[in-house]
Amino acid sequence: MAELQAAGDMEAIKAVQVRYLGRKGQLTQFLRNIAALSEAERPAAGKAANEVKQFLEGKISEALEQLSAGQADQGSAIDVTLPGRPAVYGSLHPISQINRQIMDIFIRLGFDIVEGPEVETDWYNFEALNFPKNHPARDMQDTFFVSSDIVLRTHTSPLQVRIMEKQPPPVSIIAPGRVYRCDSDITHTPMFHQVEGLLVNEGVSFGDLKGILTAFVHQMFDAHTSLRFRPSFFPFTEPSAEVDILCVMCRGKGCRVCSQTGWLEVLGAGMVHPAVFENVHYDTAKYTGFAFGMGVERIAMLKYGIDDLRRFFENDLRFLRQF
Amino acid sequence: MKISLNWLTEYVPLDMTAGELAASLTMVGLEVDSVTERYGFLDTVVVARVVEIESHPENPALKICRVDTGDLQRTVVCGAPNVKPGIRVPLALPGTVLPDGERLEQRMIRNQVSEGMLCSEGELGLGTDRSGLMILPENTAMGTPLAKALNLSDAIIEVDLTPNRADCLSVVGIAREAAAIGKKMLRYPDIPVEGPGKTIANHTSVTINAPEACPRYAARLVFDITVGPSPFWLQDRLISVGLRPINNIVDVTNFVMLEMGQPLHAFDYDRLAENRIVVREAAKGETFVTLDQKERTLAPGMLMICDGSNPVALAGVMGGMNSEIRPETKRVLIESACFHPGSIRTTAKQLGLNTDASHRFERGVDPEGVVPALNRAAFLMAEVAGGRLIEGVIDVHPGRKQPAAILLNTAKANRLLGLKLSADEMSALLTAIEFQVEKQDEHSLQVVPPSFRVDISRPEDLMEEIARLWGYNNIPTTFPAMLSGTRKPEPMLAARDTIRQMLLGFGFYEAINYSFVSAGACDQLRLTPADERRSVVAILNPLTEDQAVLRTSLIPGLLDTMLRNNSRQTQTLKLFETGKIFIHTAVNQQPKEIAMLAGLITGLRGDLSWHQKEQPCDFYDVKGVLEGLCSSLGITGLTFTAVPPSDCRYVKPGMAATVSIAGEAVGILGEVHPEVLAGFGLKQTAFVFELGLQALIGYIPQVKTARPLPKYPSVSRDMTLIMDKQIPASDILLKIEQAEQRLVENILLLDVYEGRPIPAGKKSISIRIIYRSAETTLSDELVNQVHGGITKDLLTVFNASLPA
Repeated sequence: MAELQAAGDMEAIKAVQVRYLGRKGQLTQFLRNIAALSEAERPAAGKAANEVKQFLEGKISEALEQLSAGQADQGSAIDVTLPGRPAVYGSLHPISQINRQIMDIFIRLGFDIVEGPEVETDWYNFEALNFPKNHPARDMQDTFFVSSDIVLRTHTSPLQVRIMEKQPPPVSIIAPGRVYRCDSDITHTPMFHQVEGLLVNEGVSFGDLKGILTAFVHQMFDAHTSLRFRPSFFPFTEPSAEVDILCVMCRGKGCRVCSQTGWLEVLGAGMVHPAVFENVHYDTAKYTGFAFGMGVERIAMLKYGIDDLRRFFENDLRFLRQF
Repeated sequence: MKISLNWLTEYVPLDMTAGELAASLTMVGLEVDSVTERYGFLDTVVVARVVEIESHPENPALKICRVDTGDLQRTVVCGAPNVKPGIRVPLALPGTVLPDGERLEQRMIRNQVSEGMLCSEGELGLGTDRSGLMILPENTAMGTPLAKALNLSDAIIEVDLTPNRADCLSVVGIAREAAAIGKKMLRYPDIPVEGPGKTIANHTSVTINAPEACPRYAARLVFDITVGPSPFWLQDRLISVGLRPINNIVDVTNFVMLEMGQPLHAFDYDRLAENRIVVREAAKGETFVTLDQKERTLAPGMLMICDGSNPVALAGVMGGMNSEIRPETKRVLIESACFHPGSIRTTAKQLGLNTDASHRFERGVDPEGVVPALNRAAFLMAEVAGGRLIEGVIDVHPGRKQPAAILLNTAKANRLLGLKLSADEMSALLTAIEFQVEKQDEHSLQVVPPSFRVDISRPEDLMEEIARLWGYNNIPTTFPAMLSGTRKPEPMLAARDTIRQMLLGFGFYEAINYSFVSAGACDQLRLTPADERRSVVAILNPLTEDQAVLRTSLIPGLLDTMLRNNSRQTQTLKLFETGKIFIHTAVNQQPKEIAMLAGLITGLRGDLSWHQKEQPCDFYDVKGVLEGLCSSLGITGLTFTAVPPSDCRYVKPGMAATVSIAGEAVGILGEVHPEVLAGFGLKQTAFVFELGLQALIGYIPQVKTARPLPKYPSVSRDMTLIMDKQIPASDILLKIEQAEQRLVENILLLDVYEGRPIPAGKKSISIRIIYRSAETTLSDELVNQVHGGITKDLLTVFNASLPA
């Protein structure tokens, strides 16, 4: 044992192992010699020798373990503060991220996602939505024309008509997409993103519209965000509403973002106008519904504190990387 | 539209502040954009007492005045004739912006500093007198801001009206809503009752030849007027909402339009041929000079107001030079009419002329408001221009309509709104805004909307009125019974999301570019004349040349984005975009919209780091991304074939591949052609790919089936061959796969090398083949035999040799 304790390295321990347990080792020799002992002495001697052998084997492996443990502790060190090998994960455009958050909320609320053409006929973009030809309501949306009858869709609302034409009620859809308006300044880009929602069923009320949009706002912003609904005008809804949320920047005190009003307009909504139902041959006596729409850029600006709309379409990597 | 609170309160008593009124109007659907104090500019105009005056040494007409503003004395140069010591006058301090837009600064007047300006009534917009300084009462405290000293205050409320609320394009209209909100009585303007006389018929007549476009035309005559400036109260009203006073006759027409919402026009009666009015549509090629002195070429169908021979006004849009009120005008014909909204809108649009009148006519004026407004204007003109009313009104009304009653089912209204109002409660709300309501029974109301509410025609319109007056925020919030899964989810949308997410994992950032590009983009991409992508969808009214057509490729957007980033010192980019391209089909048809996936990499392969040397990215970086993407999606049969130089459009010949899946070409991959780079102003090599997203997604297997894991170990063998460098790697790999399909599990291309000591024109290629059998553990002997056989085959087929 003293020899084992004195053995400081692997070789010394191995030497001890060989000296006692090796083929020519002392204990091995002793075991061989047991055969020469008398019948009476053999069991006791054998047992004692085996115990010694087990003891030694245990001690030797213990010593080896200690030695290797000590060695692992003393190995050469690396500079852990050097940067690791770059593993880059890109990012979705902030508009896509917000869009996805909006979709996730409405999917959980029971809406299905649909998409539609970005270049629309006058019928789907306007007429079927109760924008008569030559009506000032058309001035609300500066339109890019491709021909007299073909326009770049000015809103995602045409999807309402397209879906209702194809599908009998009930309907619950959410339609995201690019939309276009002939307008470009600090607060307008000629292309932006909207999300349209539509729910049609028996007995859908304005109160229900408030319920769904309140649920949405509480999930999108936070559960304490106050909302207000105020009368407005869209040709394809009656009654129509604008939905404001309490300014997320100043909490209603009034600031630059909310133009000192304390409120931010985030959604347009209303009960589906009977003229729209008539255009898709829905039974207006039986079904009612609501529709709503929102600008994705607007929500992204509020959520991320972005103050310049144009940033979204510059795709500056220094901007994209932040999301 | 701007409304003055002081003006508004002439028609409705209000017990709320401007802010409260604004909030209330917003909550009934008349959104207030801003509330501003009209006399805010007077904050820096203070009461000053003239202490002493002396003549200006260089100009005796000017006086140098010492004035006292209570706390200190200032020196002001003044040219007013009535300046004298002791008087109290308004002093506009430097920084004041006068109503005419002039901003006062401290300045030198003939070598004399003037610390402000002593003002006349006219200069401050508080009266018409500009002849001398405005003299304030003796007891006015010095230094007091003028607005406070004179008790001047008015809130200007800017209302952003929705196009349905034509009835609110007037002070009376807004007052009506305010009265309903505040439960007050609305006081209409006083209009004297007309005598029975009909003398007017002796002087003029009105003929309507276009009754569709002109359902009503009324006229009155005022004789012996004197054209001149309006009295201050009238000018002040106009100025308060941003209109410029012109003369007493024109001012009255504008005043009544603002007050009652009915646009009016005053003609010089003596300049009307035959002193009469004919309403007709314009003939082709007819021209007309409008009041803004521009000659307009008229289109057939435009509604014209004519005299006995010629047009004298563009109906509902603008009057003409030929019948304009002039200083010498003595007799006036006032027009008050109702025109078809569509007709006026078409004319205004075609001529690009948007006026206060056309704005109102387009939205619909009250057909029953025509004559009251006419009388109001006539009496006012007689009052302010000293005129004499000719008895009688000419009122031609071919489009007379009986007001239609709407039956409102109150139960249905309550269901739609989520309310529990009684028929009486609904009736009270509607009555407050002048709807005539008759209760049929507990569940139905017969409602006749007032003539000014041209927007109301259905029961739902009434429901909105009820809801907005009850208050949207007083409607209980409920939750609908939701449906789930009424539609099958669209597989395309989920797959697109997955692909985008995978690209993020490959280190790509998502870009969103405009769908517009310049008309030159096709040339910039070097597209051939026959290329389908030349069939662009052109926008008739683009905002800029850069946005003239819809894109037929996502590449221009990505290259523009690259340029923008490069110019901002970002040289390394990995970007992708998913979006549609648009291919023109036929005139007046929707284009083909094709979803695409495109990417661009440029600059370094990886972020600069101490782990590896700076390495520029190359073709194989992009190719690897596409291989990785397809492999992760479970797409098999992906192949890349060199694009013949003749087909290389925006990619560089020799550096481009067609991407195919199961033999179908789905897109392209390659280095951007140097000409294209140059065309976009780029200096740095870039690699792009562009694939049809729908095609790609179509190859994602719908069903995934698990395979058992191999039971027996694999064995690998390497080989190195030297062969002609032109031989594509894919040929060699294909040959090996075909050779021993049962045993070859995988082939790895370990190394490709050209250069010494390999002979010119040759390459050395090292391959590892992994062998495995599904039935047994392979013996070395068998593997060696198979590997030897494959090697021999390759040597023969590719005329290759083994390394020395």
